Amino acid sequence: MSQTNLLTTTSPHVHDGDSVANVMEAVIWALMPATAMAVMIFGWTALLVILITTLSCLVTEHLFLKLRKRPSAVADRSAALTGLLLALTLPPHSPWWMCVAGGVFAILVGKQVYGGLGYNMFNPALIARVFLLISFPAQMTAWPAVNPLFSEQAYSLGDSIAIIMTGQSSAPELADAVSTATPLGQYRTETGMGKTVQDAMGGKYTGYDEVRAASGLIGGSLGETSALLLAAGGIYLLRKKVITWHIPVTMFAGCLVPATIFWTFDPAHYPDPVFHLLTGGLVIGAFYMATDMVTSPITVKGQIIFGLGCGLLTYLIRTWSGYPEGVSFAVVLMNAVVPLIDQYTRPRAYGQVA
Amino acid sequence: MLGSFHGGVHPHGNKGMASHKAIEPLPMPQRLYVPLHQHAGQPCDPCVTVGQKVLKGEEIGRSDAWVSTPIHAPTSGTVVGIEEYPAGHPSGLTMLTVVIDPDGEDRWSDSIAGIADPMNAEPAVIQERIRWAGIVGLGGAVYPSFIKMTPPKGKKVETLLINGAECEPYLTSDERVMVERAKETIAGIEIMMHTLPTSKCVIGIEDNKPEAIKAMTEAARSYNGIRVQPMPAMYPQGARQQLVEAITGKQVPSGARLVDIGLLVHNVTTAYSIYEAVVHGKPLITRVVTVSGRGIAKPANLETLLGTPIRNLIDHCGGMKPGVRKVILGGPMMGLAVDNLDVPVVKGIAGVLALLQNEIVDKPEQPCIRCGRCVQACPMSLVPSEMAWRAKVNQLDVMPELHLNDCIECGSCGFVCPSNIPLVQYFRYAKLAIQADRRAQKKLDMDKARTKAKAARVEQEKLEKERQKEAMKAAMAARKKAAAEAAPAEAAPAAPAAPATETVAAAVATDAAPVAEGAAALSDAESKAARAARAAQAARAARAAKAAKEQA
Repeated sequence: MSQTNLLTTTSPHVHDGDSVANVMEAVIWALMPATAMAVMIFGWTALLVILITTLSCLVTEHLFLKLRKRPSAVADRSAALTGLLLALTLPPHSPWWMCVAGGVFAILVGKQVYGGLGYNMFNPALIARVFLLISFPAQMTAWPAVNPLFSEQAYSLGDSIAIIMTGQSSAPELADAVSTATPLGQYRTETGMGKTVQDAMGGKYTGYDEVRAASGLIGGSLGETSALLLAAGGIYLLRKKVITWHIPVTMFAGCLVPATIFWTFDPAHYPDPVFHLLTGGLVIGAFYMATDMVTSPITVKGQIIFGLGCGLLTYLIRTWSGYPEGVSFAVVLMNAVVPLIDQYTRPRAYGQVA
Repeated sequence: MLGSFHGGVHPHGNKGMASHKAIEPLPMPQRLYVPLHQHAGQPCDPCVTVGQKVLKGEEIGRSDAWVSTPIHAPTSGTVVGIEEYPAGHPSGLTMLTVVIDPDGEDRWSDSIAGIADPMNAEPAVIQERIRWAGIVGLGGAVYPSFIKMTPPKGKKVETLLINGAECEPYLTSDERVMVERAKETIAGIEIMMHTLPTSKCVIGIEDNKPEAIKAMTEAARSYNGIRVQPMPAMYPQGARQQLVEAITGKQVPSGARLVDIGLLVHNVTTAYSIYEAVVHGKPLITRVVTVSGRGIAKPANLETLLGTPIRNLIDHCGGMKPGVRKVILGGPMMGLAVDNLDVPVVKGIAGVLALLQNEIVDKPEQPCIRCGRCVQACPMSLVPSEMAWRAKVNQLDVMPELHLNDCIECGSCGFVCPSNIPLVQYFRYAKLAIQADRRAQKKLDMDKARTKAKAARVEQEKLEKERQKEAMKAAMAARKKAAAEAAPAEAAPAAPAAPATETVAAAVATDAAPVAEGAAALSDAESKAARAARAAQAARAARAAKAAKEQA
């Protein structure tokens, strides 16, 4: 006589209790300090960019799954995380249509066309950023200066909405006056014209120093700026064992080791490794982008190769390519070789002779 | 120095519910259902009849096969049925079962007697006793112990490893045996060492069982070669490959037997059962079963007669609380969930667990997010995620490359999977599908060989017929010729007729020879192929029959 209320599903019958939603949520929480900082230093516009981008991702995910007649997976937080990550790679004054285009592209082309969560080849946020960077280079490299919330020159909420929705603030001359270049952009433009690093960095952009760069008080994408807060979130993820050290550490190594070597031999033309670490997207890339589980290798050996590759490509692109910043391209390029890495880094099975 | 193994997980032990509960005997049930297949290998055939009185310890089932062990009556009473009865098997199928109504006297069979001086007995005597007593690996594999106790010729067991890890959460039966029956267990180990023979034994016990470590260390003190090795609690420490790696630092080569690297692993309760069988002559008719889980009112460790329905155990422990979602035979990592409380306790069942909703996994499967936790957790260093998705799309040909067959189905991967993918289920599916494929291929080969053999036979018969026809034609022609020749010479005396007949015969022979020769040459080549095909077919049929029998 069987009791129908008893489950007869297969072993194991117990579980450590973690879930996909937990993983995604942990990453979102880890990003919160840096996100708050972004809103603080760039004002309401930052908040609008984050909201619009995230919302576009969520709506796209929901509608597309509905179209595919699949249960909505908005609850798994992965679309929200993609939205947040993408927003953090955008300039503070990104127009609304660019945020929406990016969000839709990230979910639709970056994820759902492959079959949804778990099947995408490229990091959806980064592939969307790359798409925007190639399609709208002007808007994607328009860097307003730091303009903290509640400071005297801060935009009002109304101004912010106007900037994002129409590209016009009520005080256009103000917006113009504060536009600037990122430290990386500055360095590439100026050294490209034959200047030394020292001359380049001492030029128009005078705000750069290590403390400002680490805390985030420099121009750049929303989430690129505060290396310290991003690293704090990264350490939280390591502690919670959401990510392992292999990718972040090797990615830093892959970028900073060559940076140190070149800087040692020719400090006039190659900036120091601390500059590379604190500017641009290296920290957010190493802790949050390259570690995306779906698009990174599954074995430890593979993760080490992947991390080194991401770091090295970042340095190569930053130093010799046409773009001042290379983290997105580096990670996306390495994403493409993940299946190959996985295939060749399978662990030696127990009891197999080496 | 204690090593470690790759991977592994840390499930919550949940042993506190039963670990301090002393072993107590379960009262005699109303009726016992003793399945005739409680071990790995061939099932037993009943050797009693319905209505027959049996005594405790009497054989009620045996098999002639090598990989098998007898089944004994757990108590004295009457056989009231030999019938198909639900068994704790994943398929939910029934099994041939001897049903016994106990007479309440619990009287031992007269033939029960220990071996007087086991430490001076011939190993063969002890091996035979272990076989007769129906002792199997009580850690769950239920492989007949006497086979492991008989090292193949030319192989030597250097070290005997005794598995007291009991790494499955909730279970405490091995622990209680070690705490309460340490002396007997060590005596059993000594007998095993004498039998193998070997002079070295390591008993591995997880350090979450300090009482057991203490008791066993104490009991082993006076023995030279026996050492108790505490090990950090880590699942699946008690899987034989992992135990071997943790204690010896060696890995068992894939596909090899432990004895090939001079090792042997036995479960600690098996050692106790060997003591009982050898010293007291008692066959394996009871075992300690942990009844636990948050769905059990009063968890306990029960000395249970084999064949007792699990309902009896649960009722004895105060019944199930409301809201029990799963009843499990064995541990929560590898055990079997059942929905029928009438299934009997058998040799391999160390626990009966009743788990509430908050203790189990009951979430839908989500897509793999490639987090790699299963790869980290796999104690066999496999890539569970890849094996699973390939199994899902039936890419079975790559499985050998992924070492699917080395998977021990420990469930570590499923335990850590944030997407709740039933990975082990996919592996079981793939293993069975590959087996089925192989069987189908075998059948196909057999059919092909049969068709070919038949074609050859038909061809040969045709040739044979033609040859006969030719021969007959030739004979007829010769006869006619002879008759025509004979006719004019009718007047001649009878004597020359004889040579004429000879001539005819010779003529026939000469005529027929080329045809026959050709046929012979043809049929020689043909029959060679046919013979080979027939031989191959016969061999395959024998193998298939054997496989089918094993499968059954």
